[in-house]
Amino acid sequence: MDLSFTQEELDFRDEVRAFLDEKLPKELSEKVRIGGELDKEDMDRWHAILNEKGWLATGWPTEFGGPGWSPVEKHIFEEECAKAHAPRIVPFGLAMLGPVLQTFGSKEQQDQILPRILDGSDWWCQGYSEPGAGSDLASLKTRAVRDGDDYVINGQKTWTTLGQYANKIFCLVRTKTDGKPQEGISFILVDLDTPGIEMRPIKLIEGGHEVNEVFFTDVRVPASNLVGEENQGWTIAKFLLTHERTNIAGVGFSMQGLTELKALARRVKRGGKPLIENPLFAARIAQMEVDLEAMKITNLRMLYTAQTQGAPGPETSILKIKGTVIRQTQNELARRALGPAAAPFPSEDMFGNAALAEPEDVHNAATYFNNRKLSIFGGSNEIQRNILSKAMLEL
Amino acid sequence: MDFSLTEDRRMLSDSLTRFLADKYGFDHRKTVAYEAPFHDTDLWSEMCELGVLYALAPEDAGGFGGAGFDVTTVFEALGKGLCPAPVLGSLLASSLLTSAGADQAGLLDGSVRYAAAIGELDAPYDLDDIETTFEGGKLSGRKSVIYGGNDAEVFLVAAKSGDTLGVYEVKAADAQVTGYGLIDGGGAAELFMDGTPATEVIADARHALEHALDLGRLALCAEAVGLMDATNEILLDYLRTRKQFGVAIGKFQALQHRAVDLETEIEQARSITILAASRIGEDDQAKIVAMAKNLIGRAARLVSEEAIQMHGGIAMTWEAAVSHYAKRLVMIDAQLGDEDYQLEKVMAGYAA
Repeated sequence: MDLSFTQEELDFRDEVRAFLDEKLPKELSEKVRIGGELDKEDMDRWHAILNEKGWLATGWPTEFGGPGWSPVEKHIFEEECAKAHAPRIVPFGLAMLGPVLQTFGSKEQQDQILPRILDGSDWWCQGYSEPGAGSDLASLKTRAVRDGDDYVINGQKTWTTLGQYANKIFCLVRTKTDGKPQEGISFILVDLDTPGIEMRPIKLIEGGHEVNEVFFTDVRVPASNLVGEENQGWTIAKFLLTHERTNIAGVGFSMQGLTELKALARRVKRGGKPLIENPLFAARIAQMEVDLEAMKITNLRMLYTAQTQGAPGPETSILKIKGTVIRQTQNELARRALGPAAAPFPSEDMFGNAALAEPEDVHNAATYFNNRKLSIFGGSNEIQRNILSKAMLEL
Repeated sequence: MDFSLTEDRRMLSDSLTRFLADKYGFDHRKTVAYEAPFHDTDLWSEMCELGVLYALAPEDAGGFGGAGFDVTTVFEALGKGLCPAPVLGSLLASSLLTSAGADQAGLLDGSVRYAAAIGELDAPYDLDDIETTFEGGKLSGRKSVIYGGNDAEVFLVAAKSGDTLGVYEVKAADAQVTGYGLIDGGGAAELFMDGTPATEVIADARHALEHALDLGRLALCAEAVGLMDATNEILLDYLRTRKQFGVAIGKFQALQHRAVDLETEIEQARSITILAASRIGEDDQAKIVAMAKNLIGRAARLVSEEAIQMHGGIAMTWEAAVSHYAKRLVMIDAQLGDEDYQLEKVMAGYAA
């Protein structure tokens, strides 16, 4: 048993810290720190900085232009980025489509698409969920019908995150209607400029524009845009779901969240004393901190499994369930700590003289509401339990 | 980073697990754990021959272990086998004797049974609350629920001499000892002292006592992990085989999701026990051990209560093994500081 990093890993951590210290723009980290909304320019800027260093596609092997990091190195990088308030790397091209093309894509697709993901030429978004196919993804109805050298797509996708910035979308579409629903799904790449596509914003619970719905009406896509074989889409979708799960616990974000929560509870006063001296409130923080300490080790244990035995198994669903609940508990405690000062809608007026609190408090309640998504997206926590029940507990 | 056990520890774990499965099977355990002396003294000797106690003490004290992971290796196996033997008392006493630099050959070879008399009725967890006194070579006071005290020959007693907390040795023969069995198996005792002759082992024992208690808490965490694994195995087997409404009850989502929640908490419990074992001897030992015992307290009760509930009526019977695991899992919280006590220790560092 040895829970510490090797000297090489510690050296790597120092290198990451030095890089972030030097290259992460202060305007960006401040925006992230206060929970503000990043725009496309912000995200492209950070991607370009990482790409220049060769650290953008953290999960890619070197042959495709990734850094070829081990699971532990990837974890260290993610933890340090969270600590430094670096913007999240947008996952759709880099963490989702990239590995899919590397595993299932043709040589031409790899050569054409992967470099454009790295240099920011393309911004990909995800066309998975539909109004009638959420947790039951296999029931999706968007049709792709073969017509000569094309597929003709009709249907609707939803929850398309950051689709407003995208020029490309990867979709799961139905290419066969008989037999088991899982066996009639294909994975296809679509240019968003193609005639017949309309993207509409969905306004979220806290008022933000993060997701969209995408409508397809007689959209003609070259058959060469198919990834893998026709009707192999479900295999690809499952691969995507089990891949890239090392950061699913969001341990780095939660560690940062704990530090900020404690700072907040020391700053605000109740009964003339810092809130953190209230034993009821302190106990709530402490219980969450204990769960987080355990989570850190659970995460490392699964990284160790990934590092020594290849890919981690279905037990990573544990990380998703526990990690999201911890994060949501932090958001809940932070919102409570601020009390009524959490209520005003975030606006420019809330900074400066009229500020009820510090800049990082302005988005407090919005963050709480927005992060209710954590236990819903990426396979809801109930779906994770279904997966674990079957694959791990064999029930 | 390496989450595997060393070869030596794996061998110890395997041999103790096999020994308990062979000799301390559930039916035998059920008989001996609830009748004085509340464990099998012949098997105690055999366990000592296996080296169970030597593994708990460092080399310079005559043992061959004593590190956090030695303690967890032994106690996880004890938990898995639901073993009622008084190893916890031996661990606490051994740690105190190690701190004192005193001879403990008799303790380690199992020939002399020691128990640590630290808690009192109104001071079950916190050393600050101890009222037993040492004056002029004599001890006065009452020690309560001393694990393994029912058939111990020597007690190491925590008592105040003036304002200083010390550890003193008392022969069982010189004091009034009332032994009894515990609801979850195994034995304990009340120790009544009134001018009872005692010899000093450690004059200023604050640190030694805290360290012994931390090792004890770590041991209980590991025991709970073993207990939870075994309980979970029994439960999952039941969910897969018990049929109602024509199907295995494990097919019901209402039970599946709860089974997953147990699995999740067990993995978290395992993680924090590993973390605590790795921090023994480090600056943050007390805080991390407190964190571990807090999480264990919550997880163990959840596993216990849910295992009973999902089994239904059968788990309410004395005949079912799961009932006895469930009792041990709940009562472990009350040993050496419950979840609230431990949480307060975690919170203590917040104010600054």
